[in-house]
Amino acid sequence: MDNTKRYERMRERYLNGDLDRRKFLGLIGAAGLAYGLHTPFARQALAATEQVRFDGWGGVVSEAFRKYAFDPYTKKTGIKVVDGTFGGGDEYLSRVKASQAGEYNIAHLSGVFDYARYANLGLNSTLNEANIPNLKYVIPKLTDVFRNVTDGTLSCVPYDYGTTGIAYNRKYISDEEAKKKGAKLLIDAAYKGKIGGWSDWRTRVWYASLQTDQDPNDATDMDAVWEAVRTNRDLLLKYWQSGAELMSLLAEEEIYVTEGWSGRIYALQEQGKDIGYIDPPNGFGWQECLFVIKGSPMEACEELLNFMLAPETSIAVAEGQNYPPALDPTKVDLGDKIPTLPAFDPTGKLDGLTFANPEYWNSHEQAWSKTFGRIQKGY
Amino acid sequence: MSVEARERRQPWILLSPALTAIGLLLFVPLAFIVVYSFWLRTASGADQVGFYLDNWNEALTDPFYRDILFSTLRIAAITTAACAVLGYPAAYFIARSDGNKALLLLLLMLPFWISYIIRTMSWINILGVSGAVNWVLLTLGLTSEPVQMLYNEPTVILGLVHFLLPFMVLNVYVALEGIDVSLEDAACSLGSTRWQAFREVTLPLSLPGLAAGGLLCFVLSAGTYITPLILGGPTDAMYANLVFEAIITQLNWPLGSALSLMLLAVLGTLVLIYNHYLGMGQLMKGLG
Repeated sequence: MDNTKRYERMRERYLNGDLDRRKFLGLIGAAGLAYGLHTPFARQALAATEQVRFDGWGGVVSEAFRKYAFDPYTKKTGIKVVDGTFGGGDEYLSRVKASQAGEYNIAHLSGVFDYARYANLGLNSTLNEANIPNLKYVIPKLTDVFRNVTDGTLSCVPYDYGTTGIAYNRKYISDEEAKKKGAKLLIDAAYKGKIGGWSDWRTRVWYASLQTDQDPNDATDMDAVWEAVRTNRDLLLKYWQSGAELMSLLAEEEIYVTEGWSGRIYALQEQGKDIGYIDPPNGFGWQECLFVIKGSPMEACEELLNFMLAPETSIAVAEGQNYPPALDPTKVDLGDKIPTLPAFDPTGKLDGLTFANPEYWNSHEQAWSKTFGRIQKGY
Repeated sequence: MSVEARERRQPWILLSPALTAIGLLLFVPLAFIVVYSFWLRTASGADQVGFYLDNWNEALTDPFYRDILFSTLRIAAITTAACAVLGYPAAYFIARSDGNKALLLLLLMLPFWISYIIRTMSWINILGVSGAVNWVLLTLGLTSEPVQMLYNEPTVILGLVHFLLPFMVLNVYVALEGIDVSLEDAACSLGSTRWQAFREVTLPLSLPGLAAGGLLCFVLSAGTYITPLILGGPTDAMYANLVFEAIITQLNWPLGSALSLMLLAVLGTLVLIYNHYLGMGQLMKGLG
């Protein structure tokens, strides 16, 4: 309860005769004294929460956040949201590691493996879920996987999910061919010099596992995987670094096929580009969360998270960024557009998506990121 | 305090703000990097404090790093040579032009007003499949389908030359400006041709400027990582990309520190060699 409301109630009680004049003035005087003592420190505390920093993936995703979430939130609360962008989770983690506590507040992280990495480095916070009542709308499966990492508590709220599937230019590759070849389209010598690939070691290893007919969450023949990564490399025009570069390479027809992020490809399709998109069997499914970094102003962050999880905000952002929201479609009416987005699951169970097993991927992170770094450069 | 003592102290007093800034912003961070290079990265991504030689051992003995270092030095050398060949005539033209020298120098400086990344990315619009060059080729019927020109080593070198050429031109220009024009006339009056006068008089006298420009171009191109990221193909990485990758992608700051100190040592040695033979004065003139 804020002070204004408290005084109004006190005045109401006085006017109703519940408080005599002496007691009323005494309470006002005490409140004034408390306010006088409290204000210099309160101002300092409030100054720290005048703004919250949010970092995300840029492009259409950031535009959607700005338009549908941050601006309305600032209008409602007066707390400014400063938004920054990053090209990848690794780059961002490095920035956070180098920062002072409280410099970075909320990040739009991808994958449970990133959540686990932050937790392992002691960069996680503990959310007070009572301050985020809109959490009740979220698909329980998405929340549970995070709880498992941080002993039942949450440092984030799930926000959206999507896939990294195969995007192809229909002018050169038919839907039938894409469906038939699946992940192997990315190692098809017929498209040498017209294939693109994300310079992310996890995606490379995931797709190489599919190309060698292995379980992406439990590959046993790593030699075959690395050989597939090499084959892919030799056929590539370029490893792309960001969603903007992915869209540019496809739109300009520099490349005909690449793996791509479902929302970005949908954005290209919305722009009228004839780009096809498929999720091959065991395609890379992921969920994104809004992660609160240790040292952040928790109440302001929790308020922002609650605001962003409100169905009207969440749906508007999802429609803007083209990724289905983490809201449970059995509890919330998601409107007309969201059911048409790639990767959308109307059951809310997400059984059709294969997510990365954080234990498996994080246990190999050090070795595989290094090996991929070498292969990427021709070794 | 005597007048002599005060005069001796005066330069140090004047220099103290700059020296403090250099100390805090260059040497202190450098000291941190040196310390970091002896730590170890653990599997969780956290750093293990201690004195370990593992990173140095890896940086010095692993052929992967050595090969990319040589490849980087080769690309830097080609870039420097290209800048010298293209930059010398431009600098000569500016130095010997009458009247419009200020305008030409302004034009030379104009690219610095635009971000290096934007300038590098502009090549995508020029050489890309849908870029200007391919549009001309297709419109003139010189090719039936777009030519793939981007994302290879030549485009990396092109991007670097584009970035570094003004540094070379400015250094050579400063050297040429300092040469008395009448020396060439004197050589000609003694029977040499214009070309001989240039070769025997002007060129040798302008070599310090060429060397200063060469050093700057070489050091800056050997340390770049943006150009290969934007214009390079899958295997066109340079040494700075390894540092970036170790620190950013692999979160291995200790190894990244050792690698960056390796590059600093190699380039620092080049600067020391230059300083031994030519002195840093010429470089300062060019930068000034």
